[in-house]
Amino acid sequence: MEFLSYFGGVFEPTAFLLLLGGTIGGLILGATPGLSPTMAVALLIPFTFQLQPVQGLILLGAAYTSTVAGGAVSAILLRIPGAPANIATALDGNEMARNGEGARALHLSFLSSGIGGVIGVLLLIFMTPILARWALAFGPSHLFWLAILGVTVIGSLDSKSFVKGLLSGCLGLWLSMIGYDDIQGAQRFIFHSSLTGGINIIAALIGLFAIPQVLDMMSKGRQKRSIERIEVPRQPFGSSIRELFRSFRALSIGTVTGSIIGLIPGVGGQIAGLVAYDQAKKFSPDRDKFGTGHAEGVVAAESANNAMVGPSLVPLLTLSIPGSPTAAVLLGGLLIHGIFPGSDLFDNYPEVAWTFINSMLVGQILMVIFGIWTAAWAARIARVPVPIMAAAVLILAIYGSYSVQQNMGDVYVMLTLGIGMFILEKFGFSAAPLVLGLILGPIAEANFIQGSMIANAIDGPFAYFMTGPLNLFLIALVILSVGYSFLMTMRDRKRQEQV
Amino acid sequence: MQYSRLQHLIPAIAVLALSVVVLWISYTQQPAEAFLFPRLIAIFLAGFAVWNFIRALLGLSRIGGGLSKQEVLNILPGLVVMLVYAFWASKALGFYVASTITFFLVYTLYDPSALTDGKAWLRRLFISLAFMAVIYALFAILLKVQTPRGLFF
Repeated sequence: MEFLSYFGGVFEPTAFLLLLGGTIGGLILGATPGLSPTMAVALLIPFTFQLQPVQGLILLGAAYTSTVAGGAVSAILLRIPGAPANIATALDGNEMARNGEGARALHLSFLSSGIGGVIGVLLLIFMTPILARWALAFGPSHLFWLAILGVTVIGSLDSKSFVKGLLSGCLGLWLSMIGYDDIQGAQRFIFHSSLTGGINIIAALIGLFAIPQVLDMMSKGRQKRSIERIEVPRQPFGSSIRELFRSFRALSIGTVTGSIIGLIPGVGGQIAGLVAYDQAKKFSPDRDKFGTGHAEGVVAAESANNAMVGPSLVPLLTLSIPGSPTAAVLLGGLLIHGIFPGSDLFDNYPEVAWTFINSMLVGQILMVIFGIWTAAWAARIARVPVPIMAAAVLILAIYGSYSVQQNMGDVYVMLTLGIGMFILEKFGFSAAPLVLGLILGPIAEANFIQGSMIANAIDGPFAYFMTGPLNLFLIALVILSVGYSFLMTMRDRKRQEQV
Repeated sequence: MQYSRLQHLIPAIAVLALSVVVLWISYTQQPAEAFLFPRLIAIFLAGFAVWNFIRALLGLSRIGGGLSKQEVLNILPGLVVMLVYAFWASKALGFYVASTITFFLVYTLYDPSALTDGKAWLRRLFISLAFMAVIYALFAILLKVQTPRGLFF
């Protein structure tokens, strides 16, 4: 119950204001189609430089939580999911809004998000110290395999193409080696003077997540977006709470599904929402009503995608393996403040780790209150014309990447990576494994070098890296993640051929 | 979008070429100790790049719809504005002036309103100035970021 002693930090004026600002801002950003939680968090990182590490993390954590929930507003009112995690919400939420139950759908969405989110964060609170204690036994060889596991898991599970996912991971690992070598001081792959200091993680994150979105918006041309305006008549909040109690089964299914999926690195909120929706439909006696504006559909999807948030941080905070692309961006945010997550995070920085986690718990409650309060406002912002969004995200990306080191080189790197990623994404590559490679590359290399030195002094590299129960367990996980993804790709291809 | 083998071949060749360069540099540059880990990664990078190239060559690489001519034509003006802004205007004209012009140009280029609509021009100008005022307040005043001044500011 150590976490209880760090609740005070959340209610310090600056920290609480940031939590409030992050929550409200996140709700609005989340409701805006085209602004994914990952991109929103990446664009916010430069604003955390001037803050203390814990304050910066509170802001990023609040934005992460509330962008996922905020995406439900546009999913319900406009049938445009604010984020991929809200796809399942749009199925019944928008039908409810069309049936004149928009307010109830929003109430249920935020209430179930809040309940799912709180349970997810509680799981994070109770599981993290256990895993962190286990991670204390890790040496350089294990940390090396863990970093490789992080890349292969995201590369194989988060990508539509098995080969392209792993290729993206390798590209990220290579990008992380650009610059001066830490031990020998040798220049590596410096093709341009902008790369002398290596690739700045924040500039890369902004480029990889924001610029493809800008180019994607531009690719639609001068199109007029016709968004149907749905009137939202007021509805009593009490009846929504009663409806939530009636949807207890869907709420339980959503929360449990989201929590489990969140714990698996590489499986995001989009899958959590869709799996929970599917399971709730299977177990419901009213399964025929799903898709026609059934409250259980909204409850299952929203409780799942927010229950996923907390557990997705468990592997990040204990083993440095981000559970989702947004968690990978959060890892970048931790690293720029000099905080390296892992087994000793809770020993070295307990006030940072616990205050951050506690702020996510408080943030869930704020998210429910302000979500319901600002939903109508957020829906209006979601109608912001695409050209304004494209121009605004471009300018924010340029200022965000420049402000990291006040260096134009970072802007060039950001734009080059962003344009390159946009083209690669059009051909089935994905940004998440590339980012993971970029972030975990230095960790993998440092432990590989350290492990090699130890290995040379004892039994040799093979015995050091490839034997021992923990090494073998991690290698098995690497092979399993790659093998499973390979089998799934083969199965999908066979199905397509049959069709 | 219609599947095109040639479209998938181009990025596959580009990634393969990059991986060959990385592999070559990793095995030829000195000191060799500094390239120990890059060599390991370069082998896997090249391996996957070859695999991806063969799949594209055989027409098996079907994930991702590629880019249509219309999409390229739509992106092109915005991309040119973006590149001129980053590589020239931000230093020559000054960061804030160049950013305001870029915001206005991108908004104008992709705004579906008729170019003869006077009110739309005023709206675009007002929104560009208002947005840049917020950016100036955030970065120049709050975060105290020093930006290239150029001809203006």
